[in-house]
Amino acid sequence: MAAFALKINGQTHKVDVDPDTPLLWAIRDGAGLTGTKYGCGVAQCGACTVYLDGQTVRSCSLPVSAVGTSEVTTIEGLDSKEAKAVQTAWVALDVPQCGYCQSGQVMSATALLTLNPSPNDRDIDLAMNGNICRCATYVRIRAAIHGAAKTLEG
Amino acid sequence: MTIHDKTIHDTTLSRRSILKAGAGLVIGAYIVRGGKAFAQAPAAPAYNIAPNTFVIIKPDNTVTVLCKGIEFGQGQWTGMATLVAEELDADWSQMRAEHAPSNPVLYKNLAFGVQGTGGSSAVANSFVQMRQVGAAAREVLVAAAAATWQVPAGEITVENGVIRHASGKEGRFGEFADKAMQLPVPSDPKLKDPVTFKLIGKEGVVKRLDSADKTNGKAIYTLDINEPDMLTVVIARSPKFGGTVKSFDATAAKAIAGVVDVKQVPTGIAVYAKGFWPAKTGRDALKVVWDDSKAETRGSAQLLNEFRALSKTPGKVVKNEGDFEGSMARGGRVVEVEYVFPYLAHAAMEPLNGYIRWDGDTAYARYGCQFPTPDHAMIAKTLGLPMEKVKLDVILAGGSFGRRAQQSTHAAIELAEVAKAMGPGKPIKLVWTREDDMRGGYYRPYSIHRMRGTVRDGKIEAWSDTIVGQSIMKGSAFEAMTFKDGLDSTSYEGSNEIPYDVANFRMDMHQVEVGVPVLWWRSVGHTHTGYAVEAFVDELLEAAGKDPVDGRLELMGKKPRHAGVLKAVAELADWKNYKVPEGRARGVAVVESFNTFVAQVVELSMTDDGPKVHKVWCAVDCGVAVNPDIIRSQMEGGIGFGLGHILYAEQKLDAGVPVAGNFDLYRSLRINEMPEIEVVIVKSTEKPSGVGEPGVPPLGPAVANAMAKLGVGRPRQLPIVPGASA
Repeated sequence: MAAFALKINGQTHKVDVDPDTPLLWAIRDGAGLTGTKYGCGVAQCGACTVYLDGQTVRSCSLPVSAVGTSEVTTIEGLDSKEAKAVQTAWVALDVPQCGYCQSGQVMSATALLTLNPSPNDRDIDLAMNGNICRCATYVRIRAAIHGAAKTLEG
Repeated sequence: MTIHDKTIHDTTLSRRSILKAGAGLVIGAYIVRGGKAFAQAPAAPAYNIAPNTFVIIKPDNTVTVLCKGIEFGQGQWTGMATLVAEELDADWSQMRAEHAPSNPVLYKNLAFGVQGTGGSSAVANSFVQMRQVGAAAREVLVAAAAATWQVPAGEITVENGVIRHASGKEGRFGEFADKAMQLPVPSDPKLKDPVTFKLIGKEGVVKRLDSADKTNGKAIYTLDINEPDMLTVVIARSPKFGGTVKSFDATAAKAIAGVVDVKQVPTGIAVYAKGFWPAKTGRDALKVVWDDSKAETRGSAQLLNEFRALSKTPGKVVKNEGDFEGSMARGGRVVEVEYVFPYLAHAAMEPLNGYIRWDGDTAYARYGCQFPTPDHAMIAKTLGLPMEKVKLDVILAGGSFGRRAQQSTHAAIELAEVAKAMGPGKPIKLVWTREDDMRGGYYRPYSIHRMRGTVRDGKIEAWSDTIVGQSIMKGSAFEAMTFKDGLDSTSYEGSNEIPYDVANFRMDMHQVEVGVPVLWWRSVGHTHTGYAVEAFVDELLEAAGKDPVDGRLELMGKKPRHAGVLKAVAELADWKNYKVPEGRARGVAVVESFNTFVAQVVELSMTDDGPKVHKVWCAVDCGVAVNPDIIRSQMEGGIGFGLGHILYAEQKLDAGVPVAGNFDLYRSLRINEMPEIEVVIVKSTEKPSGVGEPGVPPLGPAVANAMAKLGVGRPRQLPIVPGASA
């Protein structure tokens, strides 16, 4: 066991875990933030997507010891204008079904729009194909990203 | 599933039984005083503490509908709230939904007689009941307003959540909640004439109630339950089905920081830890010697050989009309094909899990439970408690596709066993890893269909289907309901009653024993019978020189609703005049499941990675459409779910051990593989039926038929892209 001071959503969370513990479990069991989900544990499904200094990472496959002083952002800490546009579009189109993967979907979609405010379908495929949705809400995810992009255009 | 075929008929006359359900307390709605929501109420009550509670109206005017079944994506929270709100004349913005707790009397599914979700039955079994709840609540609120204002109830109107009298008096529901509670709830409330519906079947007025919390991370699933003293448990289970623990060494596991204890339970060795990671690494550090003497050790190749050999011999006859062999002997264009269907895992996004707290005298369990009544009973039995000493709460689940409805209640029993092994006092969260879930069995059964038929003079003269497969229901409480003449009807549903007029018809089956536990999987028997029937009829029509749509319609004289969706999808897809782009082809299929009729047209091309489906057109007839946008979303999801599995998914067995443990080998559809989808809902005044499953079955055969049109043939062995998952 070792103590880590994780900067998550602007706050410092002290967690005492084994250094090999994936960031996902430090966030969930250590910091008590449960919006980030476990789906596969092997970076296949994207349900655990968070930002490390603004970059999307699969938190299930990143040891907590590798985080260092980097800023972690989870779904609970999303507050950019891109995030708001994404979440508003998600609700407007009733994208979620079971909803379990959607934190990861929203994190990836927000990251995409932050880098590329008007993505085409190919851009969406490339940015989102690491996020599995077993309910297959993909038609609406695509439409919601286009909708959010339109909102951001103003 | 035949148990659902009765649904519609039962619900029409169930009103009396609903109102009698709670041991004489005839209340369809419960109006809460002082904002104390019953849904969050007592810690460990008897399960029948609050009979007939479906609606909570709070002083802030919110109306919360307690949903009998589980919300796991299919939209039943919104569906139930729509039915109540319609008759209550509520404003949609004031509607909320929660899960009802386990209560086998009050919250039973009227199609099953016990509380549970399945067979696409949520709206079908609640359509009258939940409207009655809304209507009763409306009447009692109106009576309360009439008493308050000293005016006749008949002069009061309710609209968009506002109660009004011509004198100018008006108020909202919350103001009358206290008074309404004192009044008798009407036993036979008047329901609206459907022509006056404002919410049911209307576009754009109802939005899902769970979208926001599922977009901002606030929705709570079982995995999210966290308590200070809680222990997380991960179990080492036998790699082979039927294996048991011979011996184990937990020394290394116990040395891991955070591991609290290790106990043997009936299903394996349980590691108790402070958090998931130590529990999982502790589990992985166990040294377990398994006794495989009773385990299933056959591999996929061996099963295929055995099933194939059996399929060439006659099975037990389910249906025999005309003279099949005689007709075949008269010659013509004879077609014989074999379709092989793999084991499929459900692989819901949230792997199985559960929470339980047991103090020796009472227990409290909370998880995404799909079948509360049997789970509740077996948790109680396992802990040696009467059922009323156990409280079971249902919460959101990250998908199911059938996996969380267990006739064996194996996961609930295991949850209770884990608590029992630890001893009273510790809250426990049992977590299955993805691998545990995917290799844990309870698959869609492996099966083979051997189809034979003949075409003479442009007409299908003979048709036979020999199925080899495993029973889902054998040995379960559902056996009596689903077995006919010794055969599990859910193994052949859809194959015995095809929608086509064929004079000489036979359907027979070999029900085989395999030591792999199997389970219903989104659309149950139709997952394979839909493919077999619709690919085969297409092949026969091709041999007969008929158009796939016209040819089907010619044979559907006795099946107007099949024909209706087929015509609707042909129109939507412009079947006759559409110019299919170069290198692409289209295929069609139509399947009825759970009283809902769905036809789909698929357009695809071939790539190095198998078929690329560009677009799917879909027509659905589910009777009265309650929530059109949810119906569309279930068709979209069903199409994506069906496509991912038909293309890529297979759980292979290597000497009895499931090969795929995660999404690397069990390939799931991804966004870049999702087709464009257009859905039309056929207008219908028939009783409403479900949409959670029926979008799945037609997709596979429509893909196969498009592939045939493209010249690459209909796949005989699924998945279509071999090697994707092993």
